[in-house]
Amino acid sequence: MPEIGDSILTALGLIVSGDPDLIEIVLLSLRVSLTAVALAAMIGVPLGAALAVLRFPGRGALVLLVNALMGLPPVVVGLFVYLCLSATGPFGVFGLLYTPGAMIIAQTILVAPIIAALSRATLAEMAAEYDDTLRMLGASPTETIATLLWDARFALVTALLAGLGRALAEVGAVMLVGGNIDHVTRVMTTAIALETSRGALPMALGLGMVLLLLTLILNAAVIGLRARFEGPAHA
Amino acid sequence: MPERGRRIIPFPLPPALAATGLQVEGIRLEREGNALLDGTDLALSPHGISALMGPNGAGKTLLLRVIAGLETPEAGEVRMPAHMRGRVGLVFQRPVLLRRSLRGNLTHALRLARVPRQDRNDRLAELLELGQLDRIADRPARRLSGGEAQRLAIVRALARRPALLLVDEPTAHLDPRGAQAVEALLGRIARDGTKVVLVSHDTGQVSRIAAEVAFLHRGRCREVTPMPAFLSAPQSAEARAYLEGSILL
Repeated sequence: MPEIGDSILTALGLIVSGDPDLIEIVLLSLRVSLTAVALAAMIGVPLGAALAVLRFPGRGALVLLVNALMGLPPVVVGLFVYLCLSATGPFGVFGLLYTPGAMIIAQTILVAPIIAALSRATLAEMAAEYDDTLRMLGASPTETIATLLWDARFALVTALLAGLGRALAEVGAVMLVGGNIDHVTRVMTTAIALETSRGALPMALGLGMVLLLLTLILNAAVIGLRARFEGPAHA
Repeated sequence: MPERGRRIIPFPLPPALAATGLQVEGIRLEREGNALLDGTDLALSPHGISALMGPNGAGKTLLLRVIAGLETPEAGEVRMPAHMRGRVGLVFQRPVLLRRSLRGNLTHALRLARVPRQDRNDRLAELLELGQLDRIADRPARRLSGGEAQRLAIVRALARRPALLLVDEPTAHLDPRGAQAVEALLGRIARDGTKVVLVSHDTGQVSRIAAEVAFLHRGRCREVTPMPAFLSAPQSAEARAYLEGSILL
C-alpha cells in the first residue's frame, strides 16, 4: 500500500509539474479523438437527421444497422482498418498505418454510429412533437430539418460528447493501427497499458487521473447540457 | 399550408363579402373502422367568433384538423372563401413551443411566413403588443406560464396573417385570469377581421365571446345556432341534453 501511495503522489507531481511526456501524450490523445469526433459528426448528424425525418425504402433496416454498429468491438474495427491500411491492403499506398491518421480513421468508424444513432433518436422524437406545429407555420421539409437541428443543438452536443468519451477511452483499435510508438502514436490509453505492464505506475496513474478527469468533465458537460435542453414537452 | 389530397374548393366572395363563410360538407373520417366524423355538415358565418361545442369524442378537434389540412377525410369537402385559402392558422390545445425564447418563437414563425427581413421587427413588436408579451420577450418559451404560453401560441399563429384562425380549447388548463386574457385576445383578433373558430366546453366563455355555436355529437353537426339562443333554446335534443349535463358521449 505505501508503494501505491507513493506512486499516486509521484503521479500528482507529474501532473502538477507538467511533465513533458505526459503533456505530449494527453495532447495527442485529444488531437486524435477530437478530430475523429469532428469527422464522425459530419457523417453521423446528417445520417441521423435523414433517418429521423425522411421516409424511404430500407430505412428500418438502416436504423437497425446503425444501432447495431454502436456496439462494434474496437479490436475488430482495429483489425479491419489495419488490413485496409497495411502495405498489401487496398489503402496501403497512403502509408497511414502506425500514424495518428490511422488512429483517427479507426476512431471515426467507432464513433460515427454512436453519433448517428443518438442524433436519430433525438431528432425523431422532436420531429414527432414539432411536425403539426411546423406544418401549420408553413415550414418546408428543409426548414423543418433546419428547425429540428437548431432546437436539438444541445442534445446533439451531448451525442458528440458521448462519442468523444468513447473515443478517448478506446484502446484496442488505436493500439492495433497506431502501434503505440513513443512520441508518434502513443495516447493515454495505450500508454497506461504499456506503463502498467512494465511496472511504471506513477506515469500510468498520472495518465489515468487525467483520463478520469476528462471523463468527469465530459459527463458533467453532458448533464449540464441535458438540464438546459430538457424542458417540458408542452408549455 | 400543406394539403394531403384534401379537397378545398375556393369560391369568390360576393361583393358584400358577408354572405358565406366556412362550409363543411359531408366530411367522413374513419379510424380502425370507426367513423369519427360521420358526414359532418356545417356552415359558419364569415366573421366574428364561432364556437364548436359538444361532448368529448364528438369530433371537434378532428374537425379542426381536417379544416386545417392536417387530416385527410375519406369523403366530403371543406369549402372556404378564396381569401381564406392557404391562410388558415391552428392553435393546439397543448401548444408546442420551440426550444427558444418567446421572441425566438415569433421571429422564427415570421421567417417561416416569408415576412421580409426589414419588416420582421415591426411585425414582432406588433405581435408582442397584441399578446401583451412585451415584457417577457426574452424568457425561454418553455418556462412560460400556461396563459402566457397560450397567448404566445395564438399570436405566433398570426405570423402568417391567417384569415381563419382555429383555436382548440385554449383555456382548458388556465385559471380565470389567464382565460380572461386569452378571451380578450381572441376578441381583438376577431374584431381585426380574422374569422375565429373556437372549440370550447365552457358555456360561460362561449356566451361571452362567440356569436354562434355549432354543436357536434358523435361526429355530426346537430345544429348551428346564434348566441344567446343556443344556450336558452337549443334546437337539437342532443344539445339540450348536453347543456343539462345528461350526455357524456
